[in-house]
Amino acid sequence: MNNRVPLLQVQHVTVRFGGLTALNDVSFEVFGGELLGLIGPNGAGKTTILRAITGVVKPITGNVVLDGNSLNGLAIHQRIRFGLALSQQLVRPFRELSLIDNVALAAGAIKTEKPWRALMHRDSEVERASARILLEKVGIADLADEMPSTQPLGVLKRLEMVRALALNPRLLLLDEPLAGLNSHEARALAETIQYINSQGVTVVLIEHNLGEVMRVCSRLIVLDNGAKIAQGEPATVMSNQLVRAAYLGSSVDELEAVHA
Amino acid sequence: MNYEISIVTTMAISVMFALSLNLITGFCGQISLGHAAFLGVGAYTSALLSGAGFSFLVTLPFAMLSAATLGVIVGFTSLRVREDFLAITTMGVGFLFVGVIRQQDILGGELGLSSFPDHGFGNLGFMILALMCSSLMVILCLYIKHSWMGRVFQGIAEDEDTMRVLGIDAARYKLVAFALGTALAGLAGSFYAHHLRFIGPDSFGFVESVTVLSMVVFGGIGSVPGVIFSAAILSALPAWFQFIGDYKLLVYGGLLFVMIRFFPGGMASLVSQLYAYITKRRRDT
Repeated sequence: MNNRVPLLQVQHVTVRFGGLTALNDVSFEVFGGELLGLIGPNGAGKTTILRAITGVVKPITGNVVLDGNSLNGLAIHQRIRFGLALSQQLVRPFRELSLIDNVALAAGAIKTEKPWRALMHRDSEVERASARILLEKVGIADLADEMPSTQPLGVLKRLEMVRALALNPRLLLLDEPLAGLNSHEARALAETIQYINSQGVTVVLIEHNLGEVMRVCSRLIVLDNGAKIAQGEPATVMSNQLVRAAYLGSSVDELEAVHA
Repeated sequence: MNYEISIVTTMAISVMFALSLNLITGFCGQISLGHAAFLGVGAYTSALLSGAGFSFLVTLPFAMLSAATLGVIVGFTSLRVREDFLAITTMGVGFLFVGVIRQQDILGGELGLSSFPDHGFGNLGFMILALMCSSLMVILCLYIKHSWMGRVFQGIAEDEDTMRVLGIDAARYKLVAFALGTALAGLAGSFYAHHLRFIGPDSFGFVESVTVLSMVVFGGIGSVPGVIFSAAILSALPAWFQFIGDYKLLVYGGLLFVMIRFFPGGMASLVSQLYAYITKRRRDT
């Protein structure tokens, strides 16, 4: 897989918040079609790297290149329109819209690109139809007309992900989609992510749930203290001493449990 | 009969003015505490152009254009500040407008403008024209609300940051909301000037901005029928009850507070709750 041209290149990205260096000269590549896991302990800079990719934070040095185009200097919405999509760590559904309308809003990206075009269009049947197909993909189509406030976190996590997917992205960024779910729900959603990936969407997955990460990801990148400390096949990365020390600290038992 | 015609005209103008603010604050979620300034820009533009010999209808597009120009400039501040800071900024714009008007002799200064030519439609004709314009505005607002633009506005009102992550150029949409809403306020201002035949700095001060905001909040932020209803009722009240005219800021400011504190959805949500309650009762019995 690594001999292909990378879809996303993160080149020497450094991010500072005041005196704190959140990311220090981080570089990695994401290849088309892969399911890349981005892991590391709390505060390692995982979410910050996603924010640097989507343009929420501005790196002081470094480049983010998507499919050969530099994203530097582009606003968030412009980067999204280049083919990125982000599923946020804390779910943020639109509370006044039903599940299907939440997804349809994202699916209407062509109509909402320019205000005058948005003004000329009223019909949303096409978007609702594609939203329904997406909801079916993640198994919540029978809840399509429910309001988000009545739904449990497991459903909202799926909604958050499927709304990002409605943008028809080339690269889907998932920030802890499994957090807060029980093991059964997490397993089901991880399988959904794997399924979405198998449909041709490249995925970067930030996750704390090591078991599921090991199970579904084809490659891992490990961050610690704002620096990349390892990358490669999940099993190889997990046996790396640096990773053991940084990620798991003293509790090597947990790692054994993951391998088991 | 003239009295009734005058009240209906006042109501129609208030509906236009309130709907124009509803577009910015209700649809797109951008609070404004200085909206009377845009009514004023439209009123002064229309009055001055009438004085220069233009007919009333010709002044309308110019009034809309000048109000929208200022509106877009103020809209740019909404890209920098949000919510309560935007409220303070727009309030400042309102004071600034009044302050500038007071110093300009060409705008009549403290004395205002009063000797500009009549609109020439007669009282009844002018009322019908005002009703037609406000009806067109109602249709426009309903159209926008159910278009993709309305959906994007609603999304920005609820969660702007998430809209950006969904690829929405939130800044541009907010400017569009300000441009549209302030242009419509300018239109309302032209009618206002020719209806009262007198405009002065005090016509467009903070009290008027609070009044129109309380109309929007009382009717239900974002609800077109709610805002039509409340603007029509609240604008006629001072004519019926003298004390409301005397204590405008107290009454409308108090109303604004009570509604936001106890009924944030306004009359529109009260009516729909009541309707839901009644249909539920009927089903149960």
